[in-house]
Formats: sequence, C-alpha cells, structure tokens
Amino acid sequence: MPETTDQPAAPASGANIRLENLTKTYPGSPAPAVEDVSMEIKAGETVIFVGPSGCGKSTTLKMINRLIEPTSGRIRIGDEDVTDIDPVKLRRKVGYAIQASGLFPHMTVAQNIALVPKMIGWPKSRTRSRVEEMLDLVGLDPGEFHDRYPRQLSGGQQQRVGVARALAADPPVLLMDEPFGAVDPITRDHLQDELIRLQHELHKTICFVTHDFDEAIKLGDRIAVLRERSHIAQFDTPEAILTNPADDFVSGFVGAGAALKRLNLTRVRDVGVVDFPTAGIDDPLESIFDRLRAGAQNELLLLDRNRRPYKWLRRSDLARAKETLARAGTLVTDTVTRDATLRDALEAVLTDNAGRVAVTGRRGEYIGVVDMETLMNNVHELLEADRLEAVEHQHELQEQRAHLTQREQEGLDEGGGSRA
Amino acid sequence: MSFWEYVSTRHAQLLTDTYQHASAVFQCMVIATLLGVFLGVVTYRSEWAGSLATTTTATVLTIPSLALIGLLIPIVGLGVAPTVIALTLYGLLPVVRNAIVGLRGVDPALVDAAKGIGMSRAARLFRVELPLAWPPILTGIRVATQMLMGIAAIAAFASGPGLGNEIFRGIASLGSANSLNQVLAGTVGIAVLALLFDAAYVLIGRLTISRGIRA
Repeated sequence: MPETTDQPAAPASGANIRLENLTKTYPGSPAPAVEDVSMEIKAGETVIFVGPSGCGKSTTLKMINRLIEPTSGRIRIGDEDVTDIDPVKLRRKVGYAIQASGLFPHMTVAQNIALVPKMIGWPKSRTRSRVEEMLDLVGLDPGEFHDRYPRQLSGGQQQRVGVARALAADPPVLLMDEPFGAVDPITRDHLQDELIRLQHELHKTICFVTHDFDEAIKLGDRIAVLRERSHIAQFDTPEAILTNPADDFVSGFVGAGAALKRLNLTRVRDVGVVDFPTAGIDDPLESIFDRLRAGAQNELLLLDRNRRPYKWLRRSDLARAKETLARAGTLVTDTVTRDATLRDALEAVLTDNAGRVAVTGRRGEYIGVVDMETLMNNVHELLEADRLEAVEHQHELQEQRAHLTQREQEGLDEGGGSRA
Repeated sequence: MSFWEYVSTRHAQLLTDTYQHASAVFQCMVIATLLGVFLGVVTYRSEWAGSLATTTTATVLTIPSLALIGLLIPIVGLGVAPTVIALTLYGLLPVVRNAIVGLRGVDPALVDAAKGIGMSRAARLFRVELPLAWPPILTGIRVATQMLMGIAAIAAFASGPGLGNEIFRGIASLGSANSLNQVLAGTVGIAVLALLFDAAYVLIGRLTISRGIRA
C-alpha cells in the first residue's frame, strides 16, 4: 500500500476545501435539500456552519465526505477533485466526529481509536503508539482509559475519544457534526476550549456544524450562516457577522445582544487600561493623604507589599483613618486579568459599586484599571472599526465577484476558455 | 425392571442414541445459523424482503413436524436426509427473525459513523453490525436449539438417528415390560441434553459477546 510508511511523518496540517455548486435533491422531493452551495474554505481554517434546524447544514457537511452523494456540483480537497473517487478512500483521509461520539460500544477506547490507522495499513507498533499519543492529546490518561469500553466513560470523555478517533490517522480535514450537542453546558464549554487548544497545535481544516450561534462565535475563524436549502446568508468572520449582519435573517439568527456577544471576542489586553493613582501600604500616611488631596481623583488604590490591589481609599475615608489605615477604605473584592474578555470585565464593573475594576498581571500585580467610561469608549470604537472593516470587506467581495464574472464571460467568448 | 435397572443394562445403546441426537441437533443448528444469518443479512435492509423471509420461515414452523417428515420421505427417502432437512428448516425461523431484528436495531448513527470513518460495506457488516446484533442472534439460536431438541425426536419416525427411537419403540410396544422405561429414558435424555446445550450457550455468550455491550 502506498500510504504505508514506517516513519511517523510530521502531522499533516489542513488542506483547503472547495465546494462548487453543490446541490442535493432527494428522489421524490420536488425542492432540493441543498441548492447550489459554493464555498471556499482555506487550509487550517475553522469554519462553522450554523443555521436553523433543517436548513441543510448537516447535509452540506456530509457531502464533503460523500456520506451523502451530491446530485450535482464538485468537491475539491487540496488539489484533488474528490467528487468521483472511491468514497471509502476519501473518508479515510477526512476525520469525522458526530454527536454523542459515535463510538462503537463493543470495542474498547483503544480499539475505537485504532480503527482508521489499521484500515489504512499502519504497522501495529505505530498504531499502538499513535493511540497513546491521541489519548494524551485529548487529555485522557492512556493507562486509565486504554481498555475501557465507551459505556464506562462520561459523555464528555466519550466525545474526547470520538475526536481522538477522528484525528487518529492524521487527516488534513476534520468534519464535526454537532459534536458537542449532547453534553451538558459545562462539559461543552470545556470541550470547546479543548478544541481551540487542539486546533492551535494541529492547524487542521475544520468544518463544524452547530445550531448554537454562541458556539459558532467561540470556535469559528469564519462562520457560514445558512438559511433553508443551505443558501449562504453570510459567510464572514464572527466580528463582521455580529456588527454587520447581511440581512434580517442573519441578525435574527445572531439574536438579541450582538454587541454583548461582541464583548466575548475582545480581551482586556486589547483595550487601553487607564492608570489610577496608587499608594503602597507601607507608604507614610502623610504622603498618602497629600496625594489624595492633591490628585484629580478623589480616590486611590492601595497596593499590598506584592503590589497587588488591596483597598480602594476615598477622600472621605480619611476622616476615619486617624493613625492607621486598618479600618479605612473598601477591600478590593474582584479583579480581572488582561486575558479576561470584555464581557467578564463589564460584569465586574457592573457589580462594583463605584463602577471600576482593577486589572492584574500574571502574579496578581496591579497593572491598571478598567472603568465604565473606558469600556464604553472602547466598545464604541470596536464596533465602529468592525463596521468599517465589514463594509470594506463586502466591497472587496463584490469587486472579486465582478472580476470573476468578467473573466468567465471572456473565457466563454473565446470558446472553451483555453486561456488559464 | 425399574427405570434405573433399565438404564444401566441398556446404557451403551442409550449413549449412542444420545450422542446421535446431540450431534444431529448440533449439525443442523450450525447449518440453520449460517443460513439464517445469511438470510437476515441479505434481507434486513429491505422492508418487504425482511417480512418475506420472516413470514416464509414462520410458515414452515406451522407445519406439524410429523407431517413435514412424512412429506419428505417420498422425496428424499428414509434416514438422515429427511431429519437434517426438517431440523434445519425448523431451526431457521428464530435465527432469521432475530438476525433481522438485531441488524435493524443497530443505531443508525453508529452505521453512519462507521461509514464516515471510511469502513467498507463488508467491514461495516462484520466489524460493527454483526457484533452489535450478535446478542439477539445468539438468543435466536438458543431458542431454535431448544425447539429442535424436541422435534429431533420425531425424526425416528423416518428411521432417523437419536433418542426418538427409544420413545417410538416404547410407544410401539405399549403394555410390554419395558415400554414405559423406554419412553421415559428417551424423554429424560432429551431434557438433559437440552439443559447441557443451554449451559453451553451461556458459556458461548460469555466468550463471544463483547464486555462493552453485555447486559
């Protein structure tokens, strides 16, 4: 077998996928289930198909590995037209993970993961070490889980094994059909984080079907919002879809609170934190008092010996602080890190009675402060920037389309398009 | 002569009969299983073919065994042939029916997953569908075996092998000294065989049903 190699090769990163005018009409039904879908998915990209139930998003996904044969249209993966090759061969090169894991209950975890490597003829020793490697990759201890049966695993663990099985033969493309649909919200959140981490390491091309728009925002490099018959309502980055939905259908699907959801995409480190007057807990009282009276703000942040935020100190607190600061001020209850999303920051700001929250570094040391005003300004700027970018992007797309049409027409005029 | 005296004086003959009875049932069950699973695999995916297979095998079962053997004698003669044919036909129904039910009961999502990871049709059948359908198929085989134990006794009517000979001899000489012992020995022998076979099936189930799907 030509694919058989003894040396473990470098992990295959993604291949691009091109869908050209894919249509699926089921016999006996007048309207196609999927109509004329064309889409280009770049190598290493995570693309989410999202849409209401029955919009054909799953059908579209299953046409990529030809579990459902398209009625017309072409599918290209990498440089290869896979529309007419042996489907069994095609599927061994395309990872496939489904809802509720799809693990075979009569096989152990290791047997499930080893299925595809065995089928494509990997030697036993390589398969065995690959199984261990995959279990490790999805965060399951090989020693503990190797010989378990799927029913001895929790839903989240089963799903991890499902992903491990899909990735076992190192396919460049991974198709995921609502993989996290059947697990509880906490586990789902966890699995999503895991997938982001995995993708960071592996750079596969991932097509992911979901009906949960929040999941789409979290995972997707780009999101394809699909309406009935898998018509693409909008295919763009999460930011662009949130700030500039193409039409009423998309904005309806994005749902209320697009601006709020947008906050999930930006982190505190991306917006400016403002400086705030601070004082060390060991500073002489006099100097603290002076600073408070002199400063423009009527408040300062007291830091402990490790420069961690300790207390908010107001001018009015000074009256109570005679000799010592022990009783004055309000303890800092909540801080955010620079990696927190703006949504977390907003949450903290809203709960704080003075409307600001201290931002801390890795060891909890003070970096700056985020308050309502900075948040507001930043969010406005972000949304404005998104809007501009989206408009520009749409412009580009239109130009590209016009260009393509022109070229096609020229090609036709020359009879057969012998020119490349 | 008491029953125990009868058994001890005739144990050589009884053992031969018992062995032949067991061997006939076992061999016919092997044929019925292969044929039944094959019929199930061929028909389970089509609604009408599946019902046709089930109905046909069910119809065979409604023919009284004595009548079926009687009908077979003019065609295939006396002895082993009518016995094997009759037993195999009777053994088919439970196997076919359970094979179809079992194969149809495999979660479509799993078949989809098997296809999706690139298993060929044959690999799907042998590595996923049949192993998952195996517990109900084995139950079918077990039920069929129990049934054949009794039906095999009738085979003696066509001069077939087995413990039926004891029973028929006893019935034919009703009133003579040993007639009751003969009938009793045949019947008890069949009952003991049936229990032994059942125990064997429990063991086979333990060995062949994956721990992952065992109830």
